[in-house]
Amino acid sequence: MKRFNVLLSLLVLASLVLAACGTTPTEAPATEAPATEAPATEAPATEAPAAYECTDALGCVKIAPGEPVHLAYWGVLSGADGTLGEDSKRGVEIAIDDKGGTLLGHDILLTTEDALCTPDGGATAAAKLAADTSLVGLIGSACSDETVGGIAAITNAGLTTISPSNTRPALTDPNRGPDYAGYLRTAHSDAFQGKAVAEFAYNVLGARKAATIHDGSAYAEALQQVFADNFVALGGEIVAQEAVAKDATDMRPVLTSIAAGAPEFLYYPVFVAAGGFITAQVREIAGLENVALAGSDGIFTPDFLAAAGPNVEGMYLSSPDFSAFPDAYKSFIEKHQAKYGEAPLSIFHAHAYDATNILFAALEQVAVVEADGTVYVPKQALRDAIYATKDFNGITGTLSCSASGDCGAPVIAVYQVVNADPASWNPQDAANPNPKKVYP
Amino acid sequence: MRTTTGERLVDLAVTVFLWGFRILIVAMIVVGTYVTIRNGKYTGEQWTDFVVFGVAQGSIYALIALGYTMVYGILRMINFAHGDIFMTGAFGGYFAATWLNGIGFVDANPFFGLVIPILFAMVVSASIAMLVERIAYRPLRNAPRLVPLISAFGASFFIEYAFRGFFGPGKYAYPTVKALTGSWNIFGIELLKTQVIVIIAALIMMIAMYIVVMYTKVGKAMRAVSENKDTAALMGIDVNSVIVFTFAFGAAMAGAAGVLFALVYRQVDFFMGFTPGVKAFTAAVLGGIGNIPGAMVGGLVLGVFESVGPSLFLEGLGIPRAYQLKDAIAYTMLVMILLFRPQGILGERLSKQKA
Repeated sequence: MKRFNVLLSLLVLASLVLAACGTTPTEAPATEAPATEAPATEAPATEAPAAYECTDALGCVKIAPGEPVHLAYWGVLSGADGTLGEDSKRGVEIAIDDKGGTLLGHDILLTTEDALCTPDGGATAAAKLAADTSLVGLIGSACSDETVGGIAAITNAGLTTISPSNTRPALTDPNRGPDYAGYLRTAHSDAFQGKAVAEFAYNVLGARKAATIHDGSAYAEALQQVFADNFVALGGEIVAQEAVAKDATDMRPVLTSIAAGAPEFLYYPVFVAAGGFITAQVREIAGLENVALAGSDGIFTPDFLAAAGPNVEGMYLSSPDFSAFPDAYKSFIEKHQAKYGEAPLSIFHAHAYDATNILFAALEQVAVVEADGTVYVPKQALRDAIYATKDFNGITGTLSCSASGDCGAPVIAVYQVVNADPASWNPQDAANPNPKKVYP
Repeated sequence: MRTTTGERLVDLAVTVFLWGFRILIVAMIVVGTYVTIRNGKYTGEQWTDFVVFGVAQGSIYALIALGYTMVYGILRMINFAHGDIFMTGAFGGYFAATWLNGIGFVDANPFFGLVIPILFAMVVSASIAMLVERIAYRPLRNAPRLVPLISAFGASFFIEYAFRGFFGPGKYAYPTVKALTGSWNIFGIELLKTQVIVIIAALIMMIAMYIVVMYTKVGKAMRAVSENKDTAALMGIDVNSVIVFTFAFGAAMAGAAGVLFALVYRQVDFFMGFTPGVKAFTAAVLGGIGNIPGAMVGGLVLGVFESVGPSLFLEGLGIPRAYQLKDAIAYTMLVMILLFRPQGILGERLSKQKA
């Protein structure tokens, strides 16, 4: 019995150690700046009398001297889509670096919560975050499904989250319901992305018959529907709208079923795992040897190339148009290269950087700083300040938030993969971009 | 003890409900099939394709299911880490194949380029399974039935996250073998080479395994231990080594299945063992847990149903997005078969002592 106990504890310990190896916990960058340095705020820090009375409808977060300003990033950080969240998290980290790691005279602490790209993963992560009374603001989630699962807990805790990468149109619908009061996004709505892909397929490729596959996720299901509606409106025909499970591996039966309709254009805006299986298997199916393949921002990552193999060459991927970003984006890429030693892993790093800076600006605007350095953040006032963002100069464009939480500047482009080698991935490269922008 | 009228009525209600449920499902299958075939959306070739895809997928399920069934037969425990053993084999095969591919060996000798990764994967899987047995199961051999099961879950997570720690959460693309791209024409049917290889390799391994269990000394010892551990020990059989051998043998099959899976689906990642593991367990129960031919039959039946089912049963009923319900079909079928045959397709009614 004793041996068994020792063994079990060893197992537990070892698994903890390994789990720790697998995930690198994010810490706020060590800052050289002494905390006494005055924060570079443009907003007048209100000098209140000694005892601040919190009258905010949602209450206040109190940050005592020496305590950090606590922000959290939540979104998928593991599994096949881990790069989507990792990429956005880096955008947040660079925004914190640009602030010198401090805000309102306090260090910034960034923690992360993995939400697994599923509704229940989002609910779990959000429940943890909602229980943390030191949090002032959130960036996230990564996948629309995570938000669908978790937003109620976050809103009800009086917190506000800005998502850099959720694109499901319904999330910022004017009738989205009170649970979404604490939700905004800097990502584009897929109402634009699906339309752009449909126009590209119909006008540029001259496709008249298209088929779609989604994976049942909030993101994919809505995006393929937007595409289908627009494609039909242009005069095309949708011969099949199929769905697979997110963890399905054998796509041949569903592809065989689609082949019966003889599509010229196959659109599957899914995630890395399923997208990789579809791409790897599609050419083996009689009748789909020459069908044009297209995906979207969920698979705009070198990981997808690794998962898909040689068939990926020539495939189209839609994403925000990097070339439409202001010049400030270039300096962001340089910082990214310097800090992480590689090109960005996915596409929403810039949106995350902007989301973080919008949050910072709102915090500086509403926070109450006392003489001894104690900071009070009124939650409702912060939320209102984020919604009131107007003409914010970001690196993805000029951002203004709507009453239903849309802050993004939607400029969509379609890119084509020119080289199946994941190592050659660099859509921002001037000379040899891969994937290469082909539309508009 | 005499039963009251009330109890009899409840019994009757349950029986009526169960029969009603059976009839409903069977009726749905029949109607769906009839309408689909009448609509004539698919050609005969496409139906053949569906079946072949299903057999290839089913062969992989069957290979994994063998390990579940053998360990259950001997220890009466469900080795839930078995799906992850399959994953370790896929990783082993991936590294062997990538290395061989890098030095140009695979294109020069396609046969050995396929066999060497499989052998390597079998060794990797068998070693890890023996370790798991030694650390997580053997100390618990005389514990209550639930304890090893919990330990198995622990082992499963441990293996998954150990691999995640070593190789990261990303996906690895299994190298493409030139000799295996394209298709062969067999009996007038176009078959993908990878599918043919998978089916043949799986068949060879299953037959080899059956021969080992039925016609060798080790196999006899395994069957003896499965009948009764204590008596077998009294007869001079080293129970421990038989159990270790069983684990290693089942794991080697799963490791080979891992390579075949990677060959067909081209992706290897740390979590890939979970779903096939659960499906293979389903296949083992379907065929009759503890029964070796049952595991093979169960795997093939499950694979074919998953592949053919959505188009054949559901499209005819006018259900959209039928392929999302693939898993629902698989598990509904499990329930159906267990309703008609609680012991599985080939399972025998277990004696009190075994159950």
